[in-house]
Amino acid sequence: MSAHPGTGAMAPGRLGARARRMNSGWHIVTLLIAALVALPILVPFLSWLHPEGEVWRHLAHTVLGELVRNTLVLTAGVGVGVLVLGAGLAWLTAMCEFPGRRIFEWALMLPLAVPTYVLAFVAIGLLDFSGPLQTTLRTMFGADLRLPAIRSTGGIIIVMVLALYPYVYMLARAAFLSQGRTLLECGRMLGLTPWQAFLRVALPTARPALAAGVALALMETLADFGAVYIFNYDTFTTAIYKAWFGLFSIDAAAQLSTLLLLFVAFAFYLEHHFRGAARFHSGGKLAHERRFRLTGARAWGATAAAGVVLSAAFLVPLAQLLVWAADTALSGLDARYIEFTLHTLALGVLAALITVSAALLLSAARRGSRGNLSNALIRLATLGYALPGTVLAVGIMLVLTWLDRGINSFSETWLGTPAGLALASSLTALLFAYLVRFLAVAHGPVESGLERITPSITQAARSLGAKQREILWRIYLPMLRPGLLSAGLLVFVEVMKELPATLLLRPFGWDTLAVRIFEMTSNGEWQRAALPALALIVVGLIPVLLLMRPSRTKS
Amino acid sequence: MKPLRYALLSLLALLPLAFAPVQAADEIVVYSARNEQLIKPLFDAYTKETGVNIQFVTGQEGPLLARLKAEGKNTPADLLITVDAGNLWQAAQEGVLAKVASKTLHDNIPAHLRDPDGQWFGLSIRARTIVYNTQKVKPADLSTYEGLGAAQWKGRLCLRSSKKVYNQSLVAMMIARLGEQKTEEIVRGWVTNLATEPHSDDTQEMEAIAAGQCDAGIVNTYYYGRLMKSKPELPLALYWPNQNDRGVHVNISGAGITKHAKHAQAALKFLEWLSGDKAQHLFADANLEFPANPQVQPDPLVASWGAFKQDTINVAEAGKLQARAVMLMDRAGYK
Repeated sequence: MSAHPGTGAMAPGRLGARARRMNSGWHIVTLLIAALVALPILVPFLSWLHPEGEVWRHLAHTVLGELVRNTLVLTAGVGVGVLVLGAGLAWLTAMCEFPGRRIFEWALMLPLAVPTYVLAFVAIGLLDFSGPLQTTLRTMFGADLRLPAIRSTGGIIIVMVLALYPYVYMLARAAFLSQGRTLLECGRMLGLTPWQAFLRVALPTARPALAAGVALALMETLADFGAVYIFNYDTFTTAIYKAWFGLFSIDAAAQLSTLLLLFVAFAFYLEHHFRGAARFHSGGKLAHERRFRLTGARAWGATAAAGVVLSAAFLVPLAQLLVWAADTALSGLDARYIEFTLHTLALGVLAALITVSAALLLSAARRGSRGNLSNALIRLATLGYALPGTVLAVGIMLVLTWLDRGINSFSETWLGTPAGLALASSLTALLFAYLVRFLAVAHGPVESGLERITPSITQAARSLGAKQREILWRIYLPMLRPGLLSAGLLVFVEVMKELPATLLLRPFGWDTLAVRIFEMTSNGEWQRAALPALALIVVGLIPVLLLMRPSRTKS
Repeated sequence: MKPLRYALLSLLALLPLAFAPVQAADEIVVYSARNEQLIKPLFDAYTKETGVNIQFVTGQEGPLLARLKAEGKNTPADLLITVDAGNLWQAAQEGVLAKVASKTLHDNIPAHLRDPDGQWFGLSIRARTIVYNTQKVKPADLSTYEGLGAAQWKGRLCLRSSKKVYNQSLVAMMIARLGEQKTEEIVRGWVTNLATEPHSDDTQEMEAIAAGQCDAGIVNTYYYGRLMKSKPELPLALYWPNQNDRGVHVNISGAGITKHAKHAQAALKFLEWLSGDKAQHLFADANLEFPANPQVQPDPLVASWGAFKQDTINVAEAGKLQARAVMLMDRAGYK
């Protein structure tokens, strides 16, 4: 392990003239991509040109304080929850041996395929006052029995933690596996107990991965509208939608969104600042080492903990959806489901390819340059995940229609015929939207993959006479493969679950499984949404299982 | 490697994806915030009858409206179908709808269910009324929406979230009829009487009433119809409030022709067809709503709930006063 200030692996000064020329070409392309992605994220800031004093005064006088408080409580709860659950379970399955570990290590990823809003409506259907659980308990123990309400702060936090912990689990597990045991044993030799070794060696070393996982979970929490709506738990996002749909002020909604963005940017800055310039590189190869063998009560405790999480986040919801689907909705199963599934798959694969390529380009460019402009642009470009989906979708649409107007006036002047809405109602628009929204998701795994390629590796290659292209093909790509794969599959799963942008920007006829869920739920027919929700989960399982394969063969 | 050239080439490769399908002449393009399963049967029936093809995309009201506005004169949409008069009113405010003078629509749709300016027309009626637990409440205990704010209902009321436009419209209409001050007192009464946090949809609310968590609430009738179809054993019944004064609050789902429609004539013909006998059945019965055209009988199940007097204030008021209603509910602590 070595900790040193982050120097660029491909600092321009060390390259030959040809390489520098090429580098500047890539640099421009990268900047263009970053700028294009950042544009829709910046669109909401334009709203400040139209002051919405009345809406602001109203919100400030009535609900804003409570909404901010709720949001802070929710993010704090979800942040702590996903960290404890994600890192804890990752540690257990990566470093310990206990009954069922070989199943849990991949099965604990499965909840990633369940959209948060689906988990939320299952939780309410099952656990609310009129749900089967409480109804049964009342027939057993009398009609006056009152249990803690599921529609509460605690309830929404638990649901979101169960839906979002896999981000932390996945990244933390990879980090623990790549640390290997040698590092820990150094700690043990220096007199640390196993717990101290975990807390003082393993966790701090995995910090970049943990931070990336928690950041994804929290950005999704801040942007969420579905689950909090189902729980009627008012957050800052609620104020955004209230301003837009209730008070008909899209400008106030956009202004509120910009505050959300600034908050996230500030949080990122803080994390980065406190992490400082430290980089951790594990020297050893991915180890085939012995795990800590848990015994007796500890072993079964680990099994029980993993089992409870897996049941609550995946097995029970799945069973409930199956029951609903069997009850009500099998009648809705028709040939169109093949079409919905194909659309979902096609969009997921295309978006994953595009987004991961862009993330790779941007990360590589950032390592290669010390320019503040590109750094800032890239940071900005990875903030799209924190904006409420609907706000971002409208931002993207405004950018595209604006571009379309440009294309139109060009084609009217030069070709004598308008091009219509060439961009805004096309597949390109939708794929662009996914790129903007999920660049952050791809960015994390790609970036942590790149960090593993130490400057010394590239220097060594260069000193052996390797050309830039060889370095790329023979060093970068093989070493990055796991990171790129994780990034691609994460994006795929996200795209599959995505709703607001898909709804607004899909071309005619491009309905997906998520759109199908929306059609049912927006009309209050939650149980009829069980069928498309099940189909969505099944499609989502494919990449989740693929995602786990590399790390399984590794361990 | 020539990166700039690669970038341009890959952009070119994406270009074929960019061009939207070319539209045929006898075709209508619809943006709809009414669910696919409720409108597609109508489109299919119309295509079968006339041969006119209908392209449509569904979505949420707000974003669809933003899209129409952003697309401006380039929009492919000819017709905007949406639920709730507030949304149609807002679309008219934003200037994306066209004024239409049509005798057929004028004759088929009652005046209070269409835009005074002729920009949009109600196609089905959604009544928001009181539902109660038949084991715990006698109809004689009920009278008006206002009555649910009285002290005798303390701890017995369930409501849906104030974020749902149905409740915003209901309160907007109360402001129009009773004034802001009186309405705020009533809403505060409702909030005091709540047995539990507001629910996020009408069905959940009714299930809580049936399970005994509370005794009465306010819901749209088609949710009641749907629930009772699947669980007829539930001890729930509807009550028509305010029959001695203004009547039951009604809202609409409806449609308007877009200002920049490329097939305005075809869209108008379709809209007129929607207001006629056959389509009205399809439109309303698919979701157990009431036909907007008074000549058309509702579904037998819907008719079995009995006739009622509806509030005949123009539904456009719901849009005009919606923002004030939202603010009022925020002040009253109605979540």
